[in-house]
Amino acid sequence: MFLAPSRLKDHWREQRLFLARSIAGGVLMIFLTSAVVLRLVNLQVIHYEHFSDLSQGNRVRIEALPPTRGLIRDRNGVLLAENLPSYQLEMIPEQVADVEETLEKLTAMGLIREHDRERIDQDLRSHPRFRPTALRYQMTDEEVAIFAVARQRFPGVDVQAGLIRNYPYGPVAVHALGYVGAVSQADLERLDAADYAGTTHTGKIGVERAEEATLHGSVGHRQVLVNAEGRILQEIERSRPHPGRDITLTLDLQLQLASESALGDRRGAIVALDPANGHVLSLVSQPGYDPNLFSVGISTRDYEALRDDPDVPLFNRALRGVYPPGSTIKPVVGLAGLHYGTVSPWQRVYCIGYYTLPGHSHRYRDWKKEGHGPVDLHGAITQSCDVYFYDLAVKLGIDNLQSFLGAFGFGARTGIDIPSEKAGTLPSREWKRARFARREDQAWYPGETVITGIGQGYLEVTPLQLAQMTATIAARGARFRPMIVAARGDRATGETETLAPVALQPIEVTDDSYWDQVFRDMTDVVHGERGTARRIGLDAPYRIAGKTGTAQVFTIAQGEEYEADDVDERLRHHALFIAFAPAEAPRIAVAVIVENGGSGSGAAAPVARLVLDNYLLRSDQ
Amino acid sequence: MLDEPLDRPRPISVAQRLLAGLHLDGPLLMALLTVCCLGLFVLYSAGGQNADLIVRQGVRIVVASVTMLIIAQIHPKFLRLWAPWLFLGGIILLVLVLVMGEIGKGAQRWLDVGIVRFQPSEIMKLAVPMMAAWYLHERPLPPTLRETLTVLLLLSMMPAALIARQPDLGTALLIAASGVLVILLAGMSMRLILAFGALALAAAPLLWMNMHAYQRQRVLTFLNPESDPLGSGYHIIQSKIAIGSGGVFGKGWLNGTQAQLEFLPERATDFIFAVLGEEFGLLGVVTLLLLYLLIIARGLYIASQAQDTFGRLLSGSISLTFFVYVFVNTGMVTGLLPVVGVPLPLVSYGGTSMVTLMAGFGMLMSVHTHRKLIPQ
Repeated sequence: MFLAPSRLKDHWREQRLFLARSIAGGVLMIFLTSAVVLRLVNLQVIHYEHFSDLSQGNRVRIEALPPTRGLIRDRNGVLLAENLPSYQLEMIPEQVADVEETLEKLTAMGLIREHDRERIDQDLRSHPRFRPTALRYQMTDEEVAIFAVARQRFPGVDVQAGLIRNYPYGPVAVHALGYVGAVSQADLERLDAADYAGTTHTGKIGVERAEEATLHGSVGHRQVLVNAEGRILQEIERSRPHPGRDITLTLDLQLQLASESALGDRRGAIVALDPANGHVLSLVSQPGYDPNLFSVGISTRDYEALRDDPDVPLFNRALRGVYPPGSTIKPVVGLAGLHYGTVSPWQRVYCIGYYTLPGHSHRYRDWKKEGHGPVDLHGAITQSCDVYFYDLAVKLGIDNLQSFLGAFGFGARTGIDIPSEKAGTLPSREWKRARFARREDQAWYPGETVITGIGQGYLEVTPLQLAQMTATIAARGARFRPMIVAARGDRATGETETLAPVALQPIEVTDDSYWDQVFRDMTDVVHGERGTARRIGLDAPYRIAGKTGTAQVFTIAQGEEYEADDVDERLRHHALFIAFAPAEAPRIAVAVIVENGGSGSGAAAPVARLVLDNYLLRSDQ
Repeated sequence: MLDEPLDRPRPISVAQRLLAGLHLDGPLLMALLTVCCLGLFVLYSAGGQNADLIVRQGVRIVVASVTMLIIAQIHPKFLRLWAPWLFLGGIILLVLVLVMGEIGKGAQRWLDVGIVRFQPSEIMKLAVPMMAAWYLHERPLPPTLRETLTVLLLLSMMPAALIARQPDLGTALLIAASGVLVILLAGMSMRLILAFGALALAAAPLLWMNMHAYQRQRVLTFLNPESDPLGSGYHIIQSKIAIGSGGVFGKGWLNGTQAQLEFLPERATDFIFAVLGEEFGLLGVVTLLLLYLLIIARGLYIASQAQDTFGRLLSGSISLTFFVYVFVNTGMVTGLLPVVGVPLPLVSYGGTSMVTLMAGFGMLMSVHTHRKLIPQ
């Protein structure tokens, strides 16, 4: 009875209400707009004289002072990236009567290089006309003198002193160091525009990119008195920029140089780690390129040459190249067999040169056609018997195999402190279900387990992951995140921030003596009388533990297409070798991949030996 | 005369037929495109005659127009049905941004979704008025106290507070305004309006306590710009000089010394109105303001012709929020209001806000062109 009368929608009334409200809104709107217009009249009509005078006398301008970029050194303090004073030729288009003619004349005088013209034209189009555009970086003293004489004839063109990034060793370690390049529109969206107001270059890849925040520093400002044309007359006040901090890497330049020369001009990758802390001692991806090209503004022609090179020098094989690990994972598969109790060290398998799954006729061949005869785990690793591991993989099953390999970091990024690393592939039942669309492709077939046992099939790893695996074995299960930045130091205050190694979940096996077994097996790969890599062990003054690998390929890992006449060479097997030494107390772990090198023992093992020699046989250590 | 059938359609031109077929509104479209074109001219000068900048902005205008065209095809019924989901999704994204901001450092407004990065606050600019209009759609108006409070607190202030935490005070303000405008248009009682006004005044000191240092600085600078001529007051001083020295007729296109010699900061984005004032004078700025008023007047007309509560409130709110944009930006540039980062709609350089604005106008067009014809 006392219920409120139910409210009904009265459209007519609502519409009138809305109309009344929008008219009120309209009136308020006109009132507020009038306020703005009155303000404009006040500024532009009533106080016009005042503001006009102010604008003509507007002489004080604030300019950004870019900070000096931090230096990069190797672990022993050798400079890898520095800043060199450089003279550059700049033009302010607005102040030049005939831009085209000026450029022609300067080109004729040899002050602008012909192949830079394309870049200059592009810069002229995209830069504001009152901003200086660089015509030529890194002028020689002679060129500066030539211009100084002719300067009168070129109003609007001037020589400016600045700092330019220089990599004294050129292409050495470029895939670790990275490079700096001109700040692009995309960079500006990522970076703090205010802090980069005066900065021309920023890290694009590698350590230069990863440590951009450390290396860059912070911007300073100065107030200058300018005339009506914008020319600086006097400096009034200045707040200094704070220079970027210096970086010390874990890289060892000597070892890096030795690694690069050991690989020579072959395509491939080398990663050397310190097993005790994950320090990257050398990181090679061949072929490389000269980062100095980028810091001085790479010409379109040079860039296209790099981009279109069939050897893909810009591609970081060490971090992004994915390869089948081949036999190099046999020690880990063997360890898995011991850990899960699937095999015992003395159990033998009779190798007849091939393996067949029960009930199937398909023959999985051993690399040795006539077979190895009866082999135990030790023999299977030293002689790299495939049949033993086919059999072991099937007994372990893909689930155990996948979880044990996963614990070593396969199929996931290592988390190294430089960008663009790939994760590779660790196949499993779930992975296959997610990877393929068709039902019949989604099932896991026993044959796929067989070949996973010798590191073939879907399994793909990066050289960095392989090196990390080797280091993990060398450290008896202790795992570390690979790191390349060792310390950050402030030149101004002298403070140094040393970065601690990051320990990862260690590998724990059911019996610690299994590690001894793996050490013994791998040492005999190099020093045993039947070891596949015995050739590099003959004259070694220290003991090496290693494992060869040969990975079948059909196409190169990056999926590039090549001319028919060089297909044969590109279809050869990848040669792999992993090693750590000295075997008694490992100080270095290394993974070597020589693309299309043929065999691991012939092509990759000698490279690894040269790397180990350089690190372990130094006179000063 | 009498043998002419009464329902004979009036003759219409090809252009009208084309516009009707595309669900576009002629007057609104013309006014919007005129402002965009005018904006490109000013931007060319403000950006230091950088052709690339113009191309990029041109592409944005095209993208925004296409977005508008697409949204205009959607029946308002669907806009209404999607409103709660859009709102809910927007809130979730805002919380996500805040959580990620906690992990990162400082202001976090962007969300990286694989290929595109966008600010979830942009979604809310449309989702808040849509949601508020959806909420009031079925209810008899004027709204009760409970309904008023729901719209004010839950649908307007809550998302605005999330955005203010980012911190992005300018956008938070606009979003709160778009929700408040819906309830005002719906007929919130005068007594309540006065009560809230008084409450807001009383709460001002509380707001001051909760402001970030830089936000306080902006208010202080606004009250006395000369106190910090080279820091945050620099913007206002230089922008006033630019506008004032333009006079009635302006210094001429590309001839503004304040803009061209880089005295004026943010001249391509938030302070582009000052470039217009310097180079085109009082005539230029008043012309632009009139164009804006034309757009808003057409928007309010469309709202008044809408056939249901949702369409009416949504159109009205979008139109009046557009005015808030214009007023806050021009007020800031002329020194009437403190410096809040609100771009000049359709003119300032920048992508996301342009798309959101045009999407809003697409909704207006959809409301207007999907009406059922009622015999007069």
